[in-house]
Amino acid sequence: MSVLIWIIGIVAGLLVGGWVIRALGQAINLPSKQANIYFRDMPYLASVGLALAIFAIAVVIYFYFIAPTPFFVWAVNGFIFFALCAFIFRLLGRNVGTEGSKKLFRQMPLTAAFGILVIIVYAFTSIFAGFIAPYGQEEVFAKANLLPGGDVATGGDPAHKLGTDQIGRDILSRIIYGAQNTVGIAFVTTCLAFLIGTTMGFLAAIKGGWVDQLASRVVDALMAIPQLIFALLLMTIATAWAGSNGFLVTVYMVLIIAVLDSTRVYRLSRAVGLNIVVMDYIEAAKLRGETLGYLVFKEILPNAFAPLLAEFGLRFCFVFLTIASLSFLGIGIQPPLADWGTMVKDLAAFINFAQFSPLTAALPLMAAGAIALLTVGVNFVVDWMLQKTSGLKE
Amino acid sequence: MSEQELLLKIRDLKIEGRSDETWNQIVNGIDLDLHKGEVLGLIGESGAGKSTIGLAAMGFTRDGCRISNGSVEFDGIDLVNADAATKRGLLGKRIAYVAQSAAASFNPAHRLMEQHTEGPVQHNVFSADESEADGIELYRKLRLPDPENIGFRYPHQVSGGQLQRAMTAMAMACRPDLIIFDEPTTALDVTTQIEVLASIRDIVEQFNTAAIYITHDLAVVAQMADKIKVLLKGDEVEEADTRTMLSSPKEDYTKSLWAVRSFERKQKPMAKADETPVVSIKNVTAAYGGGTVKVLHDVSFDIHAGRTVAVVGESGSGKSTTARCITGLLPPLEGTVEFDGVELPADYRQRDKDQLRQAQMIYQMADTALNPRKTIGEIIGRPVEFYMGLTGAAKRKRVEELLDILELEPNQYIDRLPSELSGGQKQRIGIGRALAAEPKFIICDEVTSALDQLVAEGILRTLAKLQDEFNLAYMFITHDLATVKSIADEVVVMKEGRVVEAGPKDVMFKPPHHAYTDLLLSSVPEMDPDWLDQLLEERGVDNIGDAASSKI
Repeated sequence: MSVLIWIIGIVAGLLVGGWVIRALGQAINLPSKQANIYFRDMPYLASVGLALAIFAIAVVIYFYFIAPTPFFVWAVNGFIFFALCAFIFRLLGRNVGTEGSKKLFRQMPLTAAFGILVIIVYAFTSIFAGFIAPYGQEEVFAKANLLPGGDVATGGDPAHKLGTDQIGRDILSRIIYGAQNTVGIAFVTTCLAFLIGTTMGFLAAIKGGWVDQLASRVVDALMAIPQLIFALLLMTIATAWAGSNGFLVTVYMVLIIAVLDSTRVYRLSRAVGLNIVVMDYIEAAKLRGETLGYLVFKEILPNAFAPLLAEFGLRFCFVFLTIASLSFLGIGIQPPLADWGTMVKDLAAFINFAQFSPLTAALPLMAAGAIALLTVGVNFVVDWMLQKTSGLKE
Repeated sequence: MSEQELLLKIRDLKIEGRSDETWNQIVNGIDLDLHKGEVLGLIGESGAGKSTIGLAAMGFTRDGCRISNGSVEFDGIDLVNADAATKRGLLGKRIAYVAQSAAASFNPAHRLMEQHTEGPVQHNVFSADESEADGIELYRKLRLPDPENIGFRYPHQVSGGQLQRAMTAMAMACRPDLIIFDEPTTALDVTTQIEVLASIRDIVEQFNTAAIYITHDLAVVAQMADKIKVLLKGDEVEEADTRTMLSSPKEDYTKSLWAVRSFERKQKPMAKADETPVVSIKNVTAAYGGGTVKVLHDVSFDIHAGRTVAVVGESGSGKSTTARCITGLLPPLEGTVEFDGVELPADYRQRDKDQLRQAQMIYQMADTALNPRKTIGEIIGRPVEFYMGLTGAAKRKRVEELLDILELEPNQYIDRLPSELSGGQKQRIGIGRALAAEPKFIICDEVTSALDQLVAEGILRTLAKLQDEFNLAYMFITHDLATVKSIADEVVVMKEGRVVEAGPKDVMFKPPHHAYTDLLLSSVPEMDPDWLDQLLEERGVDNIGDAASSKI
């Protein structure tokens, strides 16, 4: 009951607060003309939103300075750190490089700069994982279950900054190699899904008729089955075929996810393609006697590039999450390859230590966070690209 | 007029637009006075700032624009510095706006009447029921067919001209003091346009409403406006009342606008009877949807080398469908298309490369006719490479030659994208692509209708020059009879998929006409401010436009 009273109280406070803020803003003559106009034309709901933002900041300050909890403090610190990194990165981009790239960075929102920075860091890590990681991903050490922190007094070891897992593999090295495996495989899968999806989609858009009907109905059938369940089913069959060959299981997984995800790509490229094939320049090319290949790759593809690129980013996230989910369920990327999904599963038990050793409990969250960070980063970049290509303002 | 009180006063209005991270001035200090009940015509080519000024008169700027200087006073209220609530109270109620494309401006998910009553109810002028009754009354005044029920249709269920009138009725819903018409008839056929013009003028007079009428068509503005302001690139050229402006323009630019229709090439004599035509359409009947909807009925005509055949008619008359039959995009049900006396395969996919090369097409909308991701060099270079087999330096040389013929400086344009060109330049590239195939015959599908008059004239001159140089045959599809007058040798008039009249131009423009030809000819606005009055007097309100057309 008291919770309900609290909620009602806060909402009422926000409603009144919003009104007061707006009245104040209108009464006080601010130095900037823009700000005066902003308060003058402010709708009431926007002022409530402003009050909510102020309230949220107050709550954050309370839990950060007055009654701190370690996870919340880390989250805030992390947020500030990432924001600073993105800001510095954008500042760098604005001052270094060609005139074109400088202009690009000047128009870039901070979120997009952050996303690009994340993608660069991930790409770098996965390409040079072998040089960055202190140990190999399959290396087993004598001391298993070392705690993170590297402090011998609390059960750690300076040689293993993040400790070791149940069978004594270095967790830091496995997180770094995880970037290579998870991101690399997701990238290959997404490329494959796009190859299948766009080719079929454009073909259906140009040819129409039975080609379109056949391809679209097959896609409908595939999309009618829940994706993860269907992937699980197919993976069970594939695992039975592959037997104990871990590499073969991975190849099957790539193929299965690529085909299932290509249905979404097909839908998009068919829709985009349909809008392009009605253009007069396609008619002109057809009347010139051009071949199908020229029409698809030289006339349609360049015009569909922007939406497809945006979809590539999103699709990459979904593929990446599917792989992580499958690995978490034990039928994705096979050991001994390091993978974030598997690591979340293996380290999940550590979450119970949250009260005694926050750092230990953070271990499964690190693998999960690595997945989340890339997903968020890619989405930021995709949002920005969509906004740029659609010509929307604000 | 001057006894009426001043309604809108704009002083030294400057508007800036943001592009490439800087603010560029697009309107450079315009003064404007409008009294109650007065109609001001704003004319100029595209980019002159007409629409921007029209919107600024409502205290509104498009995204990325700002009013940087000057004042806009509506009935004593300063719209530039007014707060949002004040503007909300004025817009729709005392100032209304009629957009160019009514089809794009109505919400397709709501009936016309729901959209009509929205304004009056929002502004507490009428209740929903009162506004509905008033709407029906307005529809009747605007002579919409079936005024009791037309408001309960969805926008896609009424024609373009009717929609434009419904939008005028909507602007009238709150009985505003000022209406801004932004090119309300530009997208309409001549026969439809005349109806809309007559009804707009009528209703503006009845309610003593002031109006700003934005257009690039001088003949239209001559019918509508009490005074005219000519704009060029954000500057005022001159302003005077309509009659003075038409009879004695002061500035050179205005004179050039007035003289734009002067281009008329000499008509070539009819080809000899035994001469083989380049293209001959014989008894073509065609249909869409697998033969269910017949759109062409027994169409026949010939096009001879070096001649221009203009095909005229309103939208839906089958002009473009005929072109699709010739190019083979729509194989006819019956009849054949002959090229130099040889029958062409009906479907373009069965034609060989040389047959495809001989017939080229230039499209109405250069924006959709040129691939936006290819440079000019690639666009024109492709047919050169595809048909002539030229590559590398030889291809580039040929493209440069073609650009030279089109009066575009090769080095400056060859690497640009279509988006970096103006409308007229884009249309020239479209011509260049057709020319690169070295054809005998070119179909020009409304090539000038999306262009300003001065630019359109340039395109027509270029086409005429090319015809003389390469002995090209043109099929010129248009609904603009002024274009026909200037370029055609022969005219074919089409209506509802049939050829109603055909013959040499000089014969066609002289009476006696077929009733439909007569209607088309009489619907073309003339630069005489009394033209519409005289026409209405001669024919009566029910005998113009679509109403008359459906009687034939």
